[in-house]
Amino acid sequence: MAKLPKKAELTQYSLGTAPAPWRETKAELRPGMYCYGAKGKNLETVGMPNARDWSPAEEDWKLPEDWREIILAGMAERLEKYRSFRLFMDICVRCGACADKCHFYLGTGDPKNMPVLRAELLRSVYRRYFTKAGRLGKLAGARDLTLDVLKEWWYYFFQCTECRRCSVFCPYGIDQAEITIIGRELLNLVGLNTDWIAGPVANCYMKGNHVGLEPQTILSNIEFMLDDLETITGKRIEPTFNRKGAEILFITPSGDLFAEPGIYTCMGYFMLFEQLGLDYTISTYASEGGNFGFFTSNEMAKRLNAKMYAEAKRLGVKWILGGECGHMWRLVNQYMDTWNGPADFLETPVSPVTGTRFENARSAKMVHIAEFTADLMYHDKLKLDPARNDHLIVTFHDSCNTARGMGLLDEPRYVLKKVCNNFHEMAEDTIREKTLCCGSGSGLNAGENMELRLRAGFPRANAVREVKEKHGVNVLANICALDRASFPPIMDYWVPGTKVMGLHELVGNALVLDGEIERTLDLRTEELPRRDETAGEGGEAQ
Amino acid sequence: MTFFATVIMPYLAFVSFLAGMSYRVWRWASSPVPFRIPTTCGQQESLPFIRADKLENPPDRLHAFLRMLLEVLLFRSLFRGAQAEKRGETLVFGSAKWLWFFALMFHWSMLFILLRHLRFVLQPVPGWLLGLEAADGFLQIGLPVLYITDIFFLTGLTFLFLRRVALPRLRYISLPSDYLAVLLLIAVGLSGLATRFIWRADITGVKEWALSLVTLRPEPLAAASPAFLTHLILVMCLIAYFPWSKLAHAGGVFLSPTRNLANNSRARRHVNPWNYPAPVHSYAEYENDFREKMRKAGLPLESAEKTEGGAESAAGGLK
Ligand code: SF4
Ligand code: SF4
Repeated sequence: MAKLPKKAELTQYSLGTAPAPWRETKAELRPGMYCYGAKGKNLETVGMPNARDWSPAEEDWKLPEDWREIILAGMAERLEKYRSFRLFMDICVRCGACADKCHFYLGTGDPKNMPVLRAELLRSVYRRYFTKAGRLGKLAGARDLTLDVLKEWWYYFFQCTECRRCSVFCPYGIDQAEITIIGRELLNLVGLNTDWIAGPVANCYMKGNHVGLEPQTILSNIEFMLDDLETITGKRIEPTFNRKGAEILFITPSGDLFAEPGIYTCMGYFMLFEQLGLDYTISTYASEGGNFGFFTSNEMAKRLNAKMYAEAKRLGVKWILGGECGHMWRLVNQYMDTWNGPADFLETPVSPVTGTRFENARSAKMVHIAEFTADLMYHDKLKLDPARNDHLIVTFHDSCNTARGMGLLDEPRYVLKKVCNNFHEMAEDTIREKTLCCGSGSGLNAGENMELRLRAGFPRANAVREVKEKHGVNVLANICALDRASFPPIMDYWVPGTKVMGLHELVGNALVLDGEIERTLDLRTEELPRRDETAGEGGEAQ
Repeated sequence: MTFFATVIMPYLAFVSFLAGMSYRVWRWASSPVPFRIPTTCGQQESLPFIRADKLENPPDRLHAFLRMLLEVLLFRSLFRGAQAEKRGETLVFGSAKWLWFFALMFHWSMLFILLRHLRFVLQPVPGWLLGLEAADGFLQIGLPVLYITDIFFLTGLTFLFLRRVALPRLRYISLPSDYLAVLLLIAVGLSGLATRFIWRADITGVKEWALSLVTLRPEPLAAASPAFLTHLILVMCLIAYFPWSKLAHAGGVFLSPTRNLANNSRARRHVNPWNYPAPVHSYAEYENDFREKMRKAGLPLESAEKTEGGAESAAGGLK
């Protein structure tokens, strides 16, 4: 990773425009703002076209000779397949309501990062080849598909996290995420992926998860967490793996099995399931909740997602419980059943503890853990000691996908308020459906594009800083594995002293297990503040 | 010339409008909606103790329809209008409802003006229309009546135009056709006012002519004043141009998949008409790849020996 630029440098921009018209400026690929090109072997593993090693920094991108025809044919096909695409190409009135809603624009000031212009990058080509007016050329806002245009697409479609914030404000709901998704799919037709996406896709396809954990490594990683949990709680927890006949299959993003601070969230899950005596199992084959295929192409996303239902069927479980993740949940909520359903071999999810039937998941048969836990708490099934989180002053980041592609807003807040006493919302324009992205979503959480991530994460960080100054917030809670992976460096840079925690890490801290030892450590094996020092009343809060 | 302007052109314009709008809508509608992808702007319907925001996150078609009504009638999304500003090293978000306000003003006035124009083709003029005119003209400032919607129409458009030329960001994203559309509308409005305030049109004559057109017994309007002719020609241009321009958003908004669908694909399966099986890496193949390691780790196995994974691979999880 290159040396990080100074804060003063990164904030040297204005939310303006550029001197020259955008159609006449070539994209200049600045190091630090983009990811490495996809390696040939990773594309080959999944059979994506034009597999070869290439570098965006070089002049020659090693494209097939007929790349233009391939792209145009690809556009024609997708215009027939997606109403969203055809409509969004046609009905934008350039009202500009979306212009200052994108965190990439807000963090770079680059006008091509205004959602409307990001769309125009593709739309101008659409006009040229797919509309009559396109013959008027510039006058009609049309332009030829040249190599420079293609490179510009690549640069800017990988500066969009498919977060849908623009779509919330657009009077027609034009969703730049949808356009980016299709734009990236077109780029993939000629082998223009990034390796940060292609690598995890290949891993996930062959090994079952993005980070490429083999079955035995999954087990040993989890062993480590269970050892820590034993130290913390005095209890040995023994989850099962690939077990047939379990009632519930639990799937979480592999980031939770892999690195801090995701593992702490994962420990929270284990504690919860242990306390409930849940009949569940974890699969090493379907060991990924996330789906980098979605950042590649619709087909790739479907191929990776297929493992969830396939494994649920093979193991003969009744339903699927899903961990905390953002894009995973947009897909489970809006795509999975359509891609790989109907899941008629599963049953409508019923909480074995409370008896609640999750009618909202009666077809897809998959429940979000925040829904599951909120239901438990509503029915008073958990013994909680929120005072154990009293040293934490918490704010909550809605991840884009669960906010704008699902609407899971109050379940996590419900849980959060039960497990910690100090909770403060960020500014209204930056939460819930208007939440600001972490800036690293949709496969942009690499190291080589750190400048881009810091910039795109700045608007969110700015909102965190505000509540830090006002309320002394020191924890950014979230329900997304990508947030957990991507926020720590961004917070260290912009708002040092802010810890990033998954919701179920906080649940784990507060959860009172039957027969546990006196808890002196939190899930990070750090000393809990002594009871008499914190809240005066302390005691066993319920 | 008069015959062309007052008979041929109106018919041509209407044909262009009807054919154009039908074509555009058919074109949009003929591409399927493979996935149910509403942009959710509020709490989902999940658990009984968590209040769902059914208008912002519709759990069913009825609420999706209501959401669309809010969008079309009140410009709900524009109302979210906020503005981000960079002050030194911080970003400040403020509410900015100007665009919403003037856009709504313009669109609603246009609707009222359109309705008022119905008096030229309805004989006798229905009561509701008379009522509407009376309400619209309550600011009776002498004769002829000055309608508030006329003022609102032009105010709204002027705002939209000024905004486009004055704000650097807007200017930067605008296309020539964006100016054309708003200028054409302003010209239509001004020429319309001129027919009432400056060179008064002969209302009775116009009505006879208009009725002759709609009853398909066209008579040219012999005594058309230049002001009226200008207004007429501009309107005809607008109508003819409408479907082929960005103005067609009027039809497109109803089809927008991020707004007109319910967010319930976990409860009711959405079918993609072009869904097709795609290759997956099956469990059997996975077990073949890792059998020894899995055995050592104590994981249950389907088969002790290498199996032919290929056949199963196409079936795994796919229909
Ligand atoms: S808000 Fe919608 S219509 Fe307005 S410029 Fe953005 S994409 Fe176009
Ligand atoms: S989807 Fe998000 S990242 Fe992409 S253009 Fe819209 S606001 Fe920006």
